[in-house]
Amino acid sequence: MSDSQPENLPATSAASDAQTPQAEVIEQREGMFGVRGTGDTSGFGGLRRQVALPGGTPKPYGSWFDGAVDRLEGLAADGAIEKVVVDRGELTLHIKRENLVDVCQHLRDDEALRFEFCSGVSGVHYPEETGRELHAVYHFLSITHNRRIRLEVSAPDADPHIPSVVSVYPANDWHERETWDFFGIIFDGHPALTRIQMPDDWPGHPQRKDYPLGGIDVEYKGAVIPPPDTRRSYN
Amino acid sequence: MTATDPYATTRDTTEGKVFTVTGQDWDSVVSGLDEEPEERVVVNMGPQHPSTHGVLRLILELDGENVTEARCGIGYLHTGIEKNMEFRSWVQGVTFVTRMDYLSPFYNEAAYCLAVERLLGIEDDIPDKANVMRVLLMELNRISSHLVCIATGGMEIGALTVMTIGFREREKTLDLFELITGLRMNHAFIRPGGVAQDLPPGALDKIREYITWMNRHLKEYAELCNANPIFKARLQDVGYLDLAGCMALGISGPTVRSTGYALDLRKSQPYCGYETYDFDVPTWDSSDAYGRFRVRLQEMHESLKIVEQCADRLEKMDGQPVMVADKKIGWPSQLAVGADGMGNSLDHIKHIMGESMEALIHHFKLVTEGFRVPAGQAYVALESPRGEMGCHVVSDGGTKPYRVHFRDPSFANLQAMPIMCEGGQVADVIVAVASLDPVMGGVDR
Repeated sequence: MSDSQPENLPATSAASDAQTPQAEVIEQREGMFGVRGTGDTSGFGGLRRQVALPGGTPKPYGSWFDGAVDRLEGLAADGAIEKVVVDRGELTLHIKRENLVDVCQHLRDDEALRFEFCSGVSGVHYPEETGRELHAVYHFLSITHNRRIRLEVSAPDADPHIPSVVSVYPANDWHERETWDFFGIIFDGHPALTRIQMPDDWPGHPQRKDYPLGGIDVEYKGAVIPPPDTRRSYN
Repeated sequence: MTATDPYATTRDTTEGKVFTVTGQDWDSVVSGLDEEPEERVVVNMGPQHPSTHGVLRLILELDGENVTEARCGIGYLHTGIEKNMEFRSWVQGVTFVTRMDYLSPFYNEAAYCLAVERLLGIEDDIPDKANVMRVLLMELNRISSHLVCIATGGMEIGALTVMTIGFREREKTLDLFELITGLRMNHAFIRPGGVAQDLPPGALDKIREYITWMNRHLKEYAELCNANPIFKARLQDVGYLDLAGCMALGISGPTVRSTGYALDLRKSQPYCGYETYDFDVPTWDSSDAYGRFRVRLQEMHESLKIVEQCADRLEKMDGQPVMVADKKIGWPSQLAVGADGMGNSLDHIKHIMGESMEALIHHFKLVTEGFRVPAGQAYVALESPRGEMGCHVVSDGGTKPYRVHFRDPSFANLQAMPIMCEGGQVADVIVAVASLDPVMGGVDR
């Protein structure tokens, strides 16, 4: 169990048309069943697993992706696109947060891109990805060209600011409020960034990974079932 | 002393005088205003009001009968489903998502399962029969959801017959759901890899009976409403929103189609084999509540056409699998009807408890630990009765979802409430909201 080879790595998905992206390790997990420190006599405590998300894809990306990315690179500021990920037939562009509004403007207005429909933003919290803990993930649909694209923007926990795209896509108004509510990402320039699902005076942002799920033991016919976040978990 | 309602009181705040009105006591508001004239009245409609479709709070600023400003207050039905899913296995997630938009549970399940299947890379391995059953259930669900929309929408403007016949037909649809999935709501029937169970014996006959019934009765809605002068007077030119407004606000579904634009993901980005079915996308060109009603009415007929095609296909698919062949993903146990109702198949219990230790281990591992999903993210959108139902799923390669986010069409569509209602009258607010057909379980999740 002492070798450094990662175990239990998920099988790599079948190779697609585009080149398989290099995995990007964001976290290293050890042990099993949520057991920490002493008391683990199962031998599973030595298990190690790397959490690796699909990393950047080199060109060519395949299908219409190349044309769209080239077009956007030409329009947006240099270095606005940090990384291009083609995975499972979906195109993800990682955008620098200061360039987000500009990129969105081009995505919507440029004839060759024309993503007129914004399906909202969803937050993801990666507490182990230092400096890029909070991700805001935007999904767009181009009805003109019948394409979908995903933008991903990250911000550190210490400075959770991302510019609001409500001025370009008014549809994102409530979605950004929801993401602020659940993840604490502050969307600068949003017309009224208030909580939307939780009560106004709620402390904390519930869908962050450091926010506990809560719950109480349930007793049924003498057996006690612990709340889900304290049950055995598989790393 | 006369009887006073302790809840109907007046108090002064820094914002002005606050009246708590519980019904039948609007006189107190009127007399209160006489003493101290106010230029505006702010009314909280809801969160508990039957015409707000669940617990939706509408904050209306009124000038007489006219709405000058309208805002939504939501979140009263937030149950933390997305957070809870991060602590359960991938298969258990279906049980949660089916409870979000409770009027279109199959769409929630299908969006989630299609996203998980894309992450697993098994999109092409789903058996044909499972896909046909998914389409069948989704289209039946579209009918039942539109029926509730039309029925409650009718009830709110006083068309009670539309409500009673609407729920009669919906009941027929729910009977089919009960027969096929075992439950009327919250089915958790569509699972990653296929569906939970094959069609029960006799289901096809019931579906045929249902198609005959619906063909006879769907006409009644058109006869009752389409040219009804009161119905038209209440709905026409109310809740106006044109195509540009829809695009800006991210509105999809019947609201877009009522502007004359045939935006339908079943046609433009087909999933589950929709490209092989013959159906039309109905549109209307009035951009108002009446147009949305007509679009929904016509969509039910189109859905019925698809249901009929599904029934024809299922007839030839007897005995085919409904779950992906990969034993590391497909749920090991099968269901069967026993003396005490639906439960685990006794044959399967016999096999794992008496015949094969390996089968028992496999069953145990898959049920307790679940399967692992390769790391990455996927976004799948499908056309629910309310518009684009999107599901963004992120996996870290573990046995539980790392993050699941639903782009619920009700949530996005409700943003159009102010633009539809401001400048109109209070009574039109109810019609406009009903024409958006928001389901608060989906809005708040």
